[in-house]
Amino acid sequence: MAKYLLLKHYRGAPTEPGFEPMDRWTPEEITAHIQYMTDFADRLREAGEFVGENALAPDGMWVRYDGEGRPPVTDGPFAETKDLIAGYMIIDVDGPERAIELAGELSAAPGKDGKPIHEWLEVRPLYGEPSLVAE
Amino acid sequence: MPLDEALVRSLVPGVLGVLVRRGADFAAAEDAVQEALVEVVRVWPADPPRDPTGWLVTVAWRRFLDATRSEAARRRREERVEEEPAPGPVPEADETLQLYFLCAHPSLSPSSAVALTLRAVGGLTTRQIAEAYLVPEATMAQRISRAKRTIAGARLDRPGDVGTVLRVLYLVFNEGYSGDVDLVAEAIRLCRQLRAALDHPEVAGLLALMLLHAARRPARTAPDGSLVPLAAQDRSRWDTTAIAEGVQILQTALSRDRLGEYQVQAAIAALHADARSAAETDWVQIVEWYDELVRLTGSPVVRLNRVVAVAESDGPRAGLAALAELAPGLPRYAAVAAYLHERDGDPATAARLYAEAARSATSLPERDHLTREAARLRAAQLT
Repeated sequence: MAKYLLLKHYRGAPTEPGFEPMDRWTPEEITAHIQYMTDFADRLREAGEFVGENALAPDGMWVRYDGEGRPPVTDGPFAETKDLIAGYMIIDVDGPERAIELAGELSAAPGKDGKPIHEWLEVRPLYGEPSLVAE
Repeated sequence: MPLDEALVRSLVPGVLGVLVRRGADFAAAEDAVQEALVEVVRVWPADPPRDPTGWLVTVAWRRFLDATRSEAARRRREERVEEEPAPGPVPEADETLQLYFLCAHPSLSPSSAVALTLRAVGGLTTRQIAEAYLVPEATMAQRISRAKRTIAGARLDRPGDVGTVLRVLYLVFNEGYSGDVDLVAEAIRLCRQLRAALDHPEVAGLLALMLLHAARRPARTAPDGSLVPLAAQDRSRWDTTAIAEGVQILQTALSRDRLGEYQVQAAIAALHADARSAAETDWVQIVEWYDELVRLTGSPVVRLNRVVAVAESDGPRAGLAALAELAPGLPRYAAVAAYLHERDGDPATAARLYAEAARSATSLPERDHLTREAARLRAAQLT
């Protein structure tokens, strides 16, 4: 029983050989890709392993504090970013092996010519509660 | 009259057992009992029944028949069920026990077994279980219905392995979040109920273990939410009633001379509970119990915990020597190593190891605690 974040980056980092940006796919290929994602989430729901998901808009910015009485400094929007988070999914599974198995499945989503995109997914454990029996 | 929820839920396994004995299949009977519990909340506060169990059996059975009737495809089963002579509505201890075994069935994954046990034996609603484990209610509902499908063919009349049941209860106790439903209290309640149905020293051992650890709960967290390690806990805040009960249950279990891992873990917890201050802890005896636990489980995690006890009993050098025999990849290895190096008078190495341990912690309070330990040692070196 552990929660994991599956982090999906806009450009599979590092980019796979033969990677084509989505706007150069056929409309049918885009539909098939989105359908794969939807089906994947549905399977997780059905398996009782789904916690949540969200897609993120690409146009964001960096913000930081700039000292007393001054407005925060902003940087962006990003023109060209190598590593931009596109979305995330949180799963609740029995252990790390299952999290890796599911991430592998999600990475097999079809892309150009219906071939798996082999996109890298970042898998990060969420912190749980400290266990009661410790010594 | 306010509803005694724990009392109501204690009736759940018995009522479910009666329905199954009358011929209802487990999955449908379990749904019917949950629906009856909804009625309890609606009706009992204003109009409490004289015979709560009988009331629950009647309502749950009616719900079961309604559900069966509403599905034309199941009509044949309904006829078969109604033809069978209805046994009396008196729950039997054996049935409660069989439910524990069924819900901890080896074909279920740990998370499924936990969820099913909390619902079918514990009488918690799907929503309560979902909230306790921080997942959406729909997800928990799917997990439970899948678990029911997995065990659909399993028979209810065979004795199972006590060990699997105890592992499920231990998981509920040890790995729950602290939300509205107190899973620690629920695990203790379920373990008590199991002990009433099954006379087994390891069931008693687990109950003792739970009571002894739960007793320290008020002292293990500071007001700001940070973790307080055992040695630094204010022992006057330990629950002495729970400790006394745990020790008494443990002693009775140990006297039967059928040792098991939960009794041994409880014995270690009892020795900690027995010390008026950390300095008065009987580490020599604790090491002996750890030797026993290593023999029983062979677990590397147990060996690592034993290292700490060895260091307390024979000094940090002995602890470091014992640590050298273990694999550095073990969870909490770096934290143990850090502690031993600090005790051995090497704060620089200890600080580095505490920082390393913080990076591999599995909970936020644990990470923050280890980070503070590293910071404390580094600050001391600067002065």
